[in-house]
Amino acid sequence: MDAIGLNYVLAIGAVLFVCGVICMTTKRNGIGVLMGVELVLNGANLNFVAFARYSSMGLDGHVISLFVIVLAAAEAAVALAIALNFYNNHLTIDVDRGDELRG
Amino acid sequence: MNIEQLLFALFALATCGGAISVVICQNVVRMAFSLIICLASVSALFFLLSADFVGATQLMVYVGGTIVLLIFGVMLTSSSTLLQIRTSPAEGFLAAGIGVLFLSVFSFTVWSVDWDRNEAKLAGVTAVEGVAPQGYNEASSGNTVRPLAMSFVGLRPDKAGKAPGYLLPFEIVSVHLLVVLVGAAYLARTKRRVSAES
Repeated sequence: MDAIGLNYVLAIGAVLFVCGVICMTTKRNGIGVLMGVELVLNGANLNFVAFARYSSMGLDGHVISLFVIVLAAAEAAVALAIALNFYNNHLTIDVDRGDELRG
Repeated sequence: MNIEQLLFALFALATCGGAISVVICQNVVRMAFSLIICLASVSALFFLLSADFVGATQLMVYVGGTIVLLIFGVMLTSSSTLLQIRTSPAEGFLAAGIGVLFLSVFSFTVWSVDWDRNEAKLAGVTAVEGVAPQGYNEASSGNTVRPLAMSFVGLRPDKAGKAPGYLLPFEIVSVHLLVVLVGAAYLARTKRRVSAES
């Protein structure tokens, strides 16, 4: 064990995750929802890197967090394309307006 | 309190403050700026956790790429009257309550697990033959670029070649990224309206 400690890093990851979930659920702006997803993925990444540092997992945590970063970039590109299409069809980015599929 | 703890406290505060400010701000541009602060501080935390390559990738891909993409999204989708879309205060209070409950659950769980004993048990099960089970990695470890590159082509220098590498997931994620970017370009292209043609 050294100066920082695993628990504090995991606590920061928890704060990021909770902020991301709240952001995803309360924001009505589509771009804001995307930012919430980024926050959640960063919380998960921080946990992976912390476990790579504080356990015998070695490089596995780093590799998985790199995969998460790449997939987050791909997700951001696709979600942004969907948001642009949504804006073209509705002339707003308010996600509450996208309710055509409601039964 | 040494310099490492001081830097950790500083960047932890910046990370949490940025994340909370993303939630609180109603203006999209301010949210993007808070997100930049938050993600840059997370990359600093990666450096402090001796994950140098992941920290550099975080800076380049997230702060340099994804945030720019999001800001372009903000620019392309917001006419000035619609820049602020407010949530109702009742929803805000409800979300804050749920968030505090969520956070307390996570914190309680993290602090009630005995990580040292867990780690000892795990090191006994997953030990690779010929490699001594190393508990916590020493603080001076780092310099992860070469081992990471080798593990991406299927070698594992840190486990003496006894553990599987990541060649197949690396190929899959490469093709996945290519397909996703082509699909995103297809989705985002300007379509001719059907009504305009007919």
